[in-house]
Amino acid sequence: MPRRFVLAGLTAAGILCLSVVASNQVTRVPGAEYDSDFPNEKPGPAPRRDLSGIWEPARGPGDAIQANGAKNMPDTGRPEHQLPFTPEGLKANLANKPAWGPRLVPSALSNDPQPTCEPQGWPRIILHNYRTAQILQTPKQVLILYQFNRKWRNIWTDGRALPVVDDVLEPRFWGYSTGRWVDDYTFVAQSVGMDERTWLDNVGRPHSWEARVEERYFRRDAKHLEATITIDDPTFYSKPWVALDRLPLRLQPDSFDIREMECSPSEFARYQKEFAEPAAGVASETPR
Amino acid sequence: MKHTLLALITAAALIATAPVAAHHGAATFDTGKELTMQGTVTEWVWSNPHCFLKFDVTEKDGTVRHWTVETSNPPDMVNRGWTRRSFKGGDKVTVVVEPVKSGNPVGRLLTVTLPDGKVLSTRG
Repeated sequence: MPRRFVLAGLTAAGILCLSVVASNQVTRVPGAEYDSDFPNEKPGPAPRRDLSGIWEPARGPGDAIQANGAKNMPDTGRPEHQLPFTPEGLKANLANKPAWGPRLVPSALSNDPQPTCEPQGWPRIILHNYRTAQILQTPKQVLILYQFNRKWRNIWTDGRALPVVDDVLEPRFWGYSTGRWVDDYTFVAQSVGMDERTWLDNVGRPHSWEARVEERYFRRDAKHLEATITIDDPTFYSKPWVALDRLPLRLQPDSFDIREMECSPSEFARYQKEFAEPAAGVASETPR
Repeated sequence: MKHTLLALITAAALIATAPVAAHHGAATFDTGKELTMQGTVTEWVWSNPHCFLKFDVTEKDGTVRHWTVETSNPPDMVNRGWTRRSFKGGDKVTVVVEPVKSGNPVGRLLTVTLPDGKVLSTRG
């Protein structure tokens, strides 16, 4: 390889590394604590059967912003990230027009429901933007409050069964969820009945009415929780696939104030008219 | 060589700035191109899904073009030291923008220099 190409590559790689490091160093939620703040930390043991607390991606707030698709299977076009679509799933995937990934279209031409403030639903809320989340436990439920779009979910832990997914069941953007402790440190929930209009992630991966989502939380130690999401949807995918693989979350001080991150339809409409449409060439000029 | 280096640096810069544009795609932008303009702020819109800055630029022929450039969402901008009071109408600013492909006066805001010389960036 010519020396000048090696030099160019090394220079660019250096700039990339410095830029990413700089970005990660500066971009943090004020008041939040990250693993990098405690280089010699030895967290205490995990409490038994306890997910409660305010949780932030342990490696920094950008760690789980998944613009290009589910973190464990981003839409890169690489063979290892090809999802096992069934013919029906592939057809549904092609019908979705994402504003990110290899199939991206200008945002004004996308049919992504999320930017218009339609509910992201489950599990896209965390396969797109897993930001700060607070988990509460009651005797019968695990409740999760998400910063992104200011949404919440409840996971029943009272022993009830999941509903039968049939033509009678009422679709829910957030599905029906039940969960249980499989050991003192591992909580597993299953969700069904998610409205098919929702996308699984930011690049338009679809799900069918038959989809089942497993979320697995492992309480690693006193300061950490790991989140794993598995998609099981035999109608659209020939085998289950792991969308999020042991994402580390860090426990924040109980005084940590979660800032608002709401989706306002009127704000979005203005953004669309004054920015997105002129940007895509749909409108000719920006209105004053 | 020159083109190779430019392409690699552009790719690096794109990856480094990716978290800024978390919601909306990059298809509309003329990736890697930068415009530096001096303008007068008409409005700073602090909103979701993205904040945007509106400003007037006087062209060489004396015509005024009205620009709209986006940033990320309010919480992300707070993380970078921006506030909803970062600008007021009439502020004279120098803006570096990645424009869109359509040629419209729209783009992604990269940095802005305020009247007091302070520089705000969307890159970190």
